[in-house]
Amino acid sequence: MACATRSTSRTADMTATLSVDRLRVSFSHRTGSIDAVDRVSLEIAPSECVGIVGESGSGKTQIFMAAMGLLPRNAQVSGSVRFAGNELLALDAPALNRVRGSKLTMIFQDPMTSLTPHLKIGTQLAEVMVAHLGVSWKDARSFAGRMLERVHVPEPQRRLNQYPHELSGGMRQRVMIAMSLLCEPSLVIADEPTTALDVTIQAQIIELLRAVRGEFGMALVLISHDLAVVAGLADRILVMYAGNVVENSIAAELFRHPRHPYTAELLKCMPSVSGPRLARLPTLAGQPPRPGELLEACPFAPRCSRAADRCRIERPQLSGSAASQVACHFPLTS
Amino acid sequence: MLNNTLLRVRDLRVAFGAHAVVRGVNFELSAGETVGLVGESGSGKSTLARAILRLLQPAQGSVEFLGLDLLKCAPEALRAQRRGLQIVFQDPLASLDPRMTVGETIAEPLKVFEPGLSAGARRQKVGDMLQRVGLSSEVSGRYPHEFSGGQCQRIGIARAMILSPKLLICDEIVSSLDVSIQGQIVNLLLDLQDAGMAVLFISHNLAVVRHLCHRVLVMYLGKLVEIAPCDALFASPVHPYTRALLAAVPHMPHAAVAAAPAAPGEPASSGEPAASGEVDTPGEVDTPGEVDAPGEVAALDLTASGCAFRDRCPYALPVCETSDPPLLEVAPGHWAACHRSHETLNGLFCAS
Amino acid sequence: MAGSARETLRVGGLADAAVRRLRSNPAAVVAVAALCAIVVLTWLGPWLSPNNSQTLDWLHIAARPGMQSSHWFGTDRLGRDLFVRTLAGTRVSIAIGLAASVISLLVGVSYGAIAGYIGGRTDHLMMRLIEILSGLPLIFFVIFLTVIFGRTEYLLFFAIGAVGWLTMARIVRGQTLSIRQREFIEAAIASGSSTGRIIVRHVVPNVIGPVIVYATLTVPQIILFESFLSFLGLGIQEPGASLGTLIAEGAAEMEAAPWILLVPGSVLALLLLSLNIFGDGLRDALDVKDG
Repeated sequence: MACATRSTSRTADMTATLSVDRLRVSFSHRTGSIDAVDRVSLEIAPSECVGIVGESGSGKTQIFMAAMGLLPRNAQVSGSVRFAGNELLALDAPALNRVRGSKLTMIFQDPMTSLTPHLKIGTQLAEVMVAHLGVSWKDARSFAGRMLERVHVPEPQRRLNQYPHELSGGMRQRVMIAMSLLCEPSLVIADEPTTALDVTIQAQIIELLRAVRGEFGMALVLISHDLAVVAGLADRILVMYAGNVVENSIAAELFRHPRHPYTAELLKCMPSVSGPRLARLPTLAGQPPRPGELLEACPFAPRCSRAADRCRIERPQLSGSAASQVACHFPLTS
Repeated sequence: MLNNTLLRVRDLRVAFGAHAVVRGVNFELSAGETVGLVGESGSGKSTLARAILRLLQPAQGSVEFLGLDLLKCAPEALRAQRRGLQIVFQDPLASLDPRMTVGETIAEPLKVFEPGLSAGARRQKVGDMLQRVGLSSEVSGRYPHEFSGGQCQRIGIARAMILSPKLLICDEIVSSLDVSIQGQIVNLLLDLQDAGMAVLFISHNLAVVRHLCHRVLVMYLGKLVEIAPCDALFASPVHPYTRALLAAVPHMPHAAVAAAPAAPGEPASSGEPAASGEVDTPGEVDTPGEVDAPGEVAALDLTASGCAFRDRCPYALPVCETSDPPLLEVAPGHWAACHRSHETLNGLFCAS
Repeated sequence: MAGSARETLRVGGLADAAVRRLRSNPAAVVAVAALCAIVVLTWLGPWLSPNNSQTLDWLHIAARPGMQSSHWFGTDRLGRDLFVRTLAGTRVSIAIGLAASVISLLVGVSYGAIAGYIGGRTDHLMMRLIEILSGLPLIFFVIFLTVIFGRTEYLLFFAIGAVGWLTMARIVRGQTLSIRQREFIEAAIASGSSTGRIIVRHVVPNVIGPVIVYATLTVPQIILFESFLSFLGLGIQEPGASLGTLIAEGAAEMEAAPWILLVPGSVLALLLLSLNIFGDGLRDALDVKDG
């Protein structure tokens, strides 16, 4: 498939690949509704790699589950998610299915549960191509084999005939990555792709994602709770807390000059294998607010050492330059 | 053997059917020590922990706790020893009985080992323990599902600590927690570590192990491949697998963190990371961008002789195929199981 | 895990949550109401009617149901009032169903929990015993015993008891096997709890959910089985009545006086339907995994 010509044409296209505007996701329960994503806006440019970082309850996964239409029945979504000019939230099932899996694909955290256990790898890969591109099964299988080679799966032909449980975790994740690339997507969403893997395999998968990005040129969203994983790949990093984007900066800027107090604390809390040994680990007191406790205030105020009265009554908006935006009344200065 | 040796594990082997998971592990633990046990999936570290506690039956070997071999003693004697040997599990919620209140869960060891205690005295102890782990004593009537992951882990620690054990095994206790909470739990452990209590801290997170432990054991496919004091392991790892592990940890560009000026009354933030810029990985990586351990922890034919790591080792020699290197002391207190350890120590390392 | 938006944040015990969920299920509520009505009626009903179940009313042999005479549900071939007789029969059937269920619950839970938890050779032997007992053709067994011991109600109890606990034990064993691997059991062992303590305090409370549901679903099965045995003439004897014997009598008179069959038949159907709906509702309410 012609990749080289595609990347040059992509740089000329200035429309954002994915554009999220004031997205709100809440889950209705007997006791009320729980807000998971609170009026989030972001944009992913073509061929850009964006890291989305946050802890549990930050809503980082829910944004993209909303985009892919994978939210459960009790979810209420408002706002807009535009992909390549189409409003995803307004698409009906057949139209959405044409986009999902071909131009907009997702890699999940646990490949064991996202691969169908009773179908062979080759069948699952070929199915994607037959469904979206209308090629014959024979062509689809041979292309699947070549794609497995490109993601460095050893003995690809043998793997095509194996079942998911016969592969190791790292191998399964490579198969997932291959599956997401089959139809030349414009955007691949990787939701914690390395969290369930060993650290040595994690390093390999990160390398693979880097190589694949270079080769295919698609935009990549990398969701993770681990800033270090995101650091190696992302052009831009969004930090999320309690359903809000609190910082949106170019990667290098974020690490050099974090502007939101939460980002600074997060960076401090991540122990490293180098540097001096600490008698006590840096920590952040308290815990993230449970979803559903969102008020008109800065969600981080209860845990912030810089919180003032204004923070407790007024929710800060994202503001700043293209290189660095922060949602804080008293952002850190460099 | 030191007088304050708490635990001696000798030639421990555990197999599930034909599959050998722990293949001959030897180590010792002294009172007051915090020892890290690192390894990836398939290393057998969790199985090792369960074997030490005799939650499963090893095929061979001995586990001497204060002189008594736990694997060979009668069930009654074993149960009596359990009060000194406790464990905290990885999944905070799963290790708590969903049908019991947290107060009842924490009180259970008291009911077993101190049956003479009155209900009031027991309640008091439970309340005290809850406060020690940072929770209010009023929550003892609640159920596990009402708590967050970090709080559940505190409850698990409370249960393990209520009888003041001499040895606490922590099996990946922070792996399922948010980063900002991990520090809380680890610091709690440091606070609770009474004089003389030893901790065996099992983790795949090398960074946490680095800050917590005096000594580190590295495990690969059922065997210990390196044992070293913590500083020595991270500064000059000897075994190729340890080097690969350290190289694989993703770096974060640790700049001089723009430290928030502390609020009045708050102590200055401890733990300022080192100088700005990238920090070099200890040891040398062959090619930029290439990781040191290609391939996977595959289902190796473990009955074959030779080093288990040879298929992934960039420095393997023909001798590695035929002879399984023994764990040898290469420096004071520093042991490694590699045929080429002396080369590493001398700073030479040529890819074969 | 923590902070997942899909977790229902429940306060209080799991039993409270179950009751709440049950209350919000309309079918289950109706079923419970119907069951209560039936039970109340079976105990109070005889007081309402001037008749009793033994008196033979020669003036109203096989009378149709109606409000004119005091026989609201009609009478049978011998002139006995069907209303009171049916209620008496229902009382017997419910009593047998409950008693047998409780016995099978106690025996089955203990047997299954011990077999499942201890495992190994013990489990093997205990399960083989169950399989042997399950393999016995029960009806022939009951007939055989009837020949030896004659027809008594104790035989009925024995036969039903022999059936009820087998499946319960299997279910409990299965549940125990899946519980046994969970970490809180390991934690209890590591805390020094004895096997007996673990089975009683940890295993049984955690398997009781599906067990209770199954128990409520066995009550209708047992009632049906008792009715079947009585229908065959192997159970309750004259002048006693159970729904099964009443249905047997009614079947003989089906063409001439259909109500003799329809009255006990409808009551049986209503009883079984309510129990089944309640059991389903209970299973949904006790299902800990939320949608």
